[in-house]
Amino acid sequence: MAQLSYRDAVAAGIAQEMKRDERVVLFGEDTAAAGGVFKTTVGLFEEFGPKRVKDTPISELAILGAAMGAAMTGLRPIAEIMFSDFLACCWDYVANEIAKTRYMSDGQITLPLVIRTANGGGARFGAQHSQSVENWAMAIPGIKVVAPSTPADAKGLLAAAIRDPDPVVFFEHKSLLADKGEVPEGEYVEPLGKAKVLREGKDATIIALAAMVPRALKAAEALAAEHGISATVIDVRSLVPLDARTLLEHSARTGRVFTVEENPRLCGWGAEIASIIQEEVFSALKGPVVRITTPHVPLPASDRLEDAVMPSVARVATEVKRALDSKRAA
Amino acid sequence: MSVIPKAHPAQRGVEIPEATRLRLYQLQVEIRHCEKRAYDLFLQNLVKGTSHLALGHEAVAAGFAAAMNKDDYTFCTYRGHHHTLARGASMLSVLGELMGRQCGLMKGKGGSMHLTSVEHGVMGSYAIVGAHLPIAAGAAWSAQYRGTKQVSVAFFGDGATNIGAFHEALNLAAVWKLPVIFCCENNMYMEYTPIEQVTAVKHPAADRAASYGLERQVIDGNDADIVYSTAGAAIAKARSGGGPSLIECLTYRHSGHSRADPAKYRPKGELEEWLKRDPVALYRARLLAAGISEAKVAQIEAESMAKLEQATETAKASPTPAIETAMTDVWADGGNAWRN
Repeated sequence: MAQLSYRDAVAAGIAQEMKRDERVVLFGEDTAAAGGVFKTTVGLFEEFGPKRVKDTPISELAILGAAMGAAMTGLRPIAEIMFSDFLACCWDYVANEIAKTRYMSDGQITLPLVIRTANGGGARFGAQHSQSVENWAMAIPGIKVVAPSTPADAKGLLAAAIRDPDPVVFFEHKSLLADKGEVPEGEYVEPLGKAKVLREGKDATIIALAAMVPRALKAAEALAAEHGISATVIDVRSLVPLDARTLLEHSARTGRVFTVEENPRLCGWGAEIASIIQEEVFSALKGPVVRITTPHVPLPASDRLEDAVMPSVARVATEVKRALDSKRAA
Repeated sequence: MSVIPKAHPAQRGVEIPEATRLRLYQLQVEIRHCEKRAYDLFLQNLVKGTSHLALGHEAVAAGFAAAMNKDDYTFCTYRGHHHTLARGASMLSVLGELMGRQCGLMKGKGGSMHLTSVEHGVMGSYAIVGAHLPIAAGAAWSAQYRGTKQVSVAFFGDGATNIGAFHEALNLAAVWKLPVIFCCENNMYMEYTPIEQVTAVKHPAADRAASYGLERQVIDGNDADIVYSTAGAAIAKARSGGGPSLIECLTYRHSGHSRADPAKYRPKGELEEWLKRDPVALYRARLLAAGISEAKVAQIEAESMAKLEQATETAKASPTPAIETAMTDVWADGGNAWRN
């Protein structure tokens, strides 16, 4: 095990796969010589050279289009879209081209590619550089959607995404980049589509993703310390494919389920998960599934305002406690 | 009509062998026959949805296809029947797809606007205007990376020259010196609107070439010999590492934009003028003038028609796809599962 930052773990995952497979190429805006604006690709240009690690113009259509053309003809491209907000510039490629071509061609064309992108708030960047858009991608058949919360997963899940024969949108969370953690050395791959149970409790099941995972964990610790409430915390990790079995099993065990979502309220990923849970384990529930989300507003830039709208440790703890109390009172 | 240029310098003095010329004619005739049949099948309600016929564009498809190698890549728009046929996909597989039958190229999952035949190098037909230009550039990059000497060709209409993807693809292709050819089929109308009314320059593709350090090339897209020679030169350049080309082929569609369009916006007499330059008729006359016998030409036409009749009858008799087909091939494992 090595102590790595989340950003270094991203680079480690890419390097591992580039060493293993000549077909893997990496490109994007400032991705090569500059090592990425988030420093998630530092050293790769030097290690693998300009043929395999390339800088592109500010041309999101060309980046994803080129990734798609390369993927269908034998390469395994990793394309970087600097901020996930910019996916809106090239959403045609995600939604219409990359997601649908395998299906429309009746399987003639396969697209093994990864779109890496910096997602999420907390960096005071304002409404066009802070969004959590994993729920956009989740809504489209034909795209896999992965969002790691730890350095180990940043390496292992990214390696799996690169090996996957289907297109994966890989959301790297901006506010986690400096976080350090244990990362297995040597070849390390974490399979896609497996949620991770981080702690187990008997009173509540808290389901979180990416930057909301550490917040959910801290909230669970506070609930235990301050109120004697014991909560399970699950990191979804992969929205598509979704490990519904693990979520259902732990939802049924505690009977009280909470999602912690950074995305704005409407059609957030937790809405789909809540729907699955109430459809499939309704009789095991002791109360409604509660969604803790950013309200349905664009993200403000001011630190005070941004902190106020994103689900915080305190808000998660408060909402879990309130929901459990109201049930007890009833 | 006055805009049709004289032969591009690339074609002057180029001798095209007789076998190639017969092939160019055969491809054009087959496309013409098949597209007319597609229209008839609409009228019989055997082709549903929409379709965008390439009647009048035959020379562009034939000229390029004859100049390409078997393993080169073609990327089409929703108006892509002609290129798909020209690269070698059978009439049966194309008509079957239009009719939504099991025998179709994609078993009815793509339809008229998305014809794909990877075994013939047809890497898809894309129905979002301009989207496939960057994709073709990506395929060219892959060929360059793998050192295969393959060339990628993207065909698009004049309307695509005003969309961002056109410009992003040209720039990237020029910067990375990619073996890709961007072929604009300028038929003078972006859907229902004359292209000149909505474009800052006279030649929507060629007049943008200089922005990307490329040669300005405008050619007669109704002359298969000229298309063949120009395509051949651009392909040779791309294959030898010389980078991308942008070629504007002037042509005209004989029908409306799509099934729904009677093309009433066209000035009176315009179609008739262009029909005098019908690429198929023009090429037929040229073959005869070159001493090829009427019997030989008629034989090509008869063989094409026989192929068409057989394809039509077989497609009509082909079953519709099994319902389960709708649930297959979302993912590479052949399935559609998104959860456990």
